[in-house]
Amino acid sequence: MGNVDDDGATFQQNYVKCSNGTAKASTPISNGHIPNHSVEQWRDEQQEEQHNDQEQELQLLLNKQLKFSAPAYTEIRTRTGGLKLKGVNEGSYHPEKQAEANGYVSQTGSKCDKFKPSRADGVLSAEQEHYQKTSFEDVPLHTACLTYLGFYLLMILGYINQLLFVPKVATEKGREGYVTLYDAFESFYSRYVYRRVRDCWNRPICSVPGDELVLKDRVTDDYGWSFRFTGTETRCLNLGSYNYLGFAAATGTCADESEQRARQKGLAYCSPRSELGNTQLHIDLERLTARYLGVEDAIVFGMGFATNALNLPSLLGPNCLVVSDEKNHASIILGLRLSGATTRVFKHNNMRDLERVLRNGICYGNPKNGGKPWNKIMILVEGIFSMEGSIVRLPEIIALKKKYKAYLYLDEAHSIGSMGPTGRGVVEYFGADPNDVDILMGTFTKSFGSAGGYIAGSKKLIDFLRTNSHAHCYASSISPPIVQQIYTSMSIIMGEDNTDTGRNKVQQLARNTRYFRRRLAQMGVITYGHEDSPVVPMLVYLFSKIGAVIRTLTTRHIAVVGAGFPATPIMEGRIRFCLSAAHTKEQLDYALDVIDDVSENLGLKYSRKSRDPQPIEY
Amino acid sequence: MLGIQLFNEIGSIFRNTPTYALVLEALLLITVLGLLLHKRGGRGLSKEQQDYLIERYEPEPLVADTDPDHPLLHTRLVQSKVGKRIVVDGHDCLNLGSHNYLGLLEDNEILEEACKCLRKYGVGSCGPRGFYGTMDVHLDLEDRLAKFMNLEEAIVYSYGFSTVASAIPAYAKRGDIIFVDEGVNFAIQKGLDASRSTIVYFKHNDVKDLEQLLVQQDKRDQMNPKKAQKTRRFLVAEGIYINTGELCPLPELVELRKKYKLRLFLDESVSFGTLGNTGRGITEHFNVDRDEIDLISAGMEGAMATIGGFCVGSHFIAEHQRLSGLGYIFSASLPPMLTQAAISALDRFEREPQIFGQLHQKSQKVHTQFNRFSKLKLGGDELSPVKHLYLAEERDSFETESKLLSQVADKCIERGVAVVEAAYLRNRERKPIRPSLRIAVSRLLEDSDISKAFDVIEAVSSAEL
Repeated sequence: MGNVDDDGATFQQNYVKCSNGTAKASTPISNGHIPNHSVEQWRDEQQEEQHNDQEQELQLLLNKQLKFSAPAYTEIRTRTGGLKLKGVNEGSYHPEKQAEANGYVSQTGSKCDKFKPSRADGVLSAEQEHYQKTSFEDVPLHTACLTYLGFYLLMILGYINQLLFVPKVATEKGREGYVTLYDAFESFYSRYVYRRVRDCWNRPICSVPGDELVLKDRVTDDYGWSFRFTGTETRCLNLGSYNYLGFAAATGTCADESEQRARQKGLAYCSPRSELGNTQLHIDLERLTARYLGVEDAIVFGMGFATNALNLPSLLGPNCLVVSDEKNHASIILGLRLSGATTRVFKHNNMRDLERVLRNGICYGNPKNGGKPWNKIMILVEGIFSMEGSIVRLPEIIALKKKYKAYLYLDEAHSIGSMGPTGRGVVEYFGADPNDVDILMGTFTKSFGSAGGYIAGSKKLIDFLRTNSHAHCYASSISPPIVQQIYTSMSIIMGEDNTDTGRNKVQQLARNTRYFRRRLAQMGVITYGHEDSPVVPMLVYLFSKIGAVIRTLTTRHIAVVGAGFPATPIMEGRIRFCLSAAHTKEQLDYALDVIDDVSENLGLKYSRKSRDPQPIEY
Repeated sequence: MLGIQLFNEIGSIFRNTPTYALVLEALLLITVLGLLLHKRGGRGLSKEQQDYLIERYEPEPLVADTDPDHPLLHTRLVQSKVGKRIVVDGHDCLNLGSHNYLGLLEDNEILEEACKCLRKYGVGSCGPRGFYGTMDVHLDLEDRLAKFMNLEEAIVYSYGFSTVASAIPAYAKRGDIIFVDEGVNFAIQKGLDASRSTIVYFKHNDVKDLEQLLVQQDKRDQMNPKKAQKTRRFLVAEGIYINTGELCPLPELVELRKKYKLRLFLDESVSFGTLGNTGRGITEHFNVDRDEIDLISAGMEGAMATIGGFCVGSHFIAEHQRLSGLGYIFSASLPPMLTQAAISALDRFEREPQIFGQLHQKSQKVHTQFNRFSKLKLGGDELSPVKHLYLAEERDSFETESKLLSQVADKCIERGVAVVEAAYLRNRERKPIRPSLRIAVSRLLEDSDISKAFDVIEAVSSAEL
């Protein structure tokens, strides 16, 4: 064993779990092993190898029997010559790594240095600084053409497919003579285009979504119409979950206290806050959140999505103007739709466009109302944009907001906890005053490893929401163990447990982020977004490449997320990595080496920027 | 050479064209240019004018002032685990307020299983369903729910409110027509808003009114058959209306659905796990084939005593939400331990179907007892675990009634019976709802508890009203 065979079927898992529960990658193997794609839980390496061999054979047999077994988890190659872990083998790509590979950085980050300032800090104007720190590159012309061509080809094939083959699931029973329920394009797209890559989403897992996760393997026998579980599991490095600070864990303080709370208070209240669902626990959490963010008051809800969708309608009315970033999240868009306010969109993170929209808004008033002035103008932005990986240009927006007397609603769903020296979000990152942001919104799903959302701000605002928020009045109050998880993790981030665990986690994340982003840039792939944003989209452009990359990375035990049309523009298919404080340098190195190899193989190195020849420091 | 040829060619075109055509074309050109230039200059304001306007612009404050005595600022404080008894504001009370109809919040087995699940998956799921937020417990629950309801597909949401509010706009779009009972809960109203369809409300539980509206719509359709061919028609109702405690007349609604080719969406947040001999909801109660209903949605925050909600239906219909249900795609999935609690609750449903009979008995007992208040009037069906107590004698305004009722509730809590006034955002509901005390019946109530509750409420209401 040990050599790559022609089927791309492979053997050894070079990604081992240490017995003490902390994960680290072994020194990369020298003879070109590639991990197998269906490995059950580790027990013993010897056993495992044997087991894998058997399973391998079984799998091959299965594949031969099932003619239509679609490639749920198989390597996809475009270049000949077989796969080669280039950098790893030669050891020259990143010389320091060998030396550092054994210098294990613990998860509490004892080796973390201070937050290193960027070269651009304080030297350039805000606009230039932002430009300098944000990576963005236009798509090469031929790639753009190919992307469109590829997409049209997919569509044409889809249409032919639709003509020839309508499966049973796509017909409705017992409703003859009814107006068809779905738009033709919508159902066509989901059945004949999206289906081809359906296996890359909604993948079931059966473990904590921590630094690693365990996928439940599934295969499809009918080209993606349905899936069947094979009964095997694949352990993967998790670059897909929003576990920024690594609080997703089944052990440790958070889990212990949550369990205790569940035993003490039960699992739910079966009543909204406004009736019999208000407890001291909720009140304490609101106070802690307010203190954490440095504002007067806060209010919490049971779902992050609903926090936007069900509170924006209370804050806005028909004669209000909302100036919204074009990349804002669906929950914001839904909230705006429910509110009845007029929405104008400005170009993503483009301050000039924002100013233009604001000026026009004030000067020309509400056209539906005979040009009368707007009651309120609200700027709606996110801290970190989840698909772009970019960071809002907060200082400039605050200046504009003051100049044009607009209100600012900042959605920190991804940035709270993950940005700023002590994890207080983009407001702290930019050193802004939290009171300059009128409405601070965020979720507890991501950095806090729980569920729910908050809105924080002045007491007047929060009192208004308590009496007008849909979610506060009608929706069930948050479950006690869920509240406890937020409370405990937030206390840890704030250092109220008298340790520096929280601070270390934030710093570890910042280090991981910069390291990962720089190494990706060095590889020559195109990434979007700000250098300090832990959301890292890597552009692959072609729709089919999204599937190819995700599947190939899965065979190498890396779980990532892809996004394509309609979540992104047709042209901009991408893979998104979400970094976590739980990742160690070894894990990242492993991932980066594999990504390097895969992007070489699938032709993802689109970037024409000059590459940093120096090895990247961790 | 080429230039001269081209020039000659153009010259010949001009010569061969009749004069009137040339004039018309010239005019056309001038109009186009004029329009283009006009638009550009438009209602242009000079920079000074703009600055002046901006300086003078004064927006309204972000939010209006809130009355510090607003009842929603002074919600009651629950100080214990919720069960048959509950400690509210320091008083140990019999619980008639939490929607814990089957008493599963007190079930230790469910709690243990949930805690075990916490130890396997952690607390949060850290991602939406599409992005590694799908855990095997979610698939398990969906599978179990579909099997329990004997339908093809179930889909689980992480928030009760967002379930129906996302399900409706996943199907109904601009230009469609939705017929809705005017007594529907707030979550449905928000779902309707989000759909941007034409909404037609019919009187609460009034099938005749609905039919009349449908006939009117039919006439409109005949006048414009082309449009009618593209207009999807929906009918939305609740199994048990949480705002009134009434059952919907399902068999009649199904008849109308067939006759007028509507698609029927049913929200069973209260009726799921309460109605029917085995808890399968209002379809079982009326013995209606579940295929007659296009989509059933329900919260799991009542009988199942956890968090979240689900939709069940045929594969053709329910599956669509996995790509179009906004609250499904864009929200983190339900925390695994709460998902497990729902699975364990289903286990209980299947293992001990007698609990539903017990609940029906208790609901009926409460109904007969509570019908005898001297100053309060009972609303709701006798089988429904949700009942409303209105003032027998109507007062002049919403505020007075509301104030009187919350006084009654306060006094009842002091005397050991927890009842609460139903909370509404009065100015945001489609139609003002009359204030009431909302009673939620629990299976665990004893006969003596019911009489005690009756005595306390009767004594307090007689004294206060």
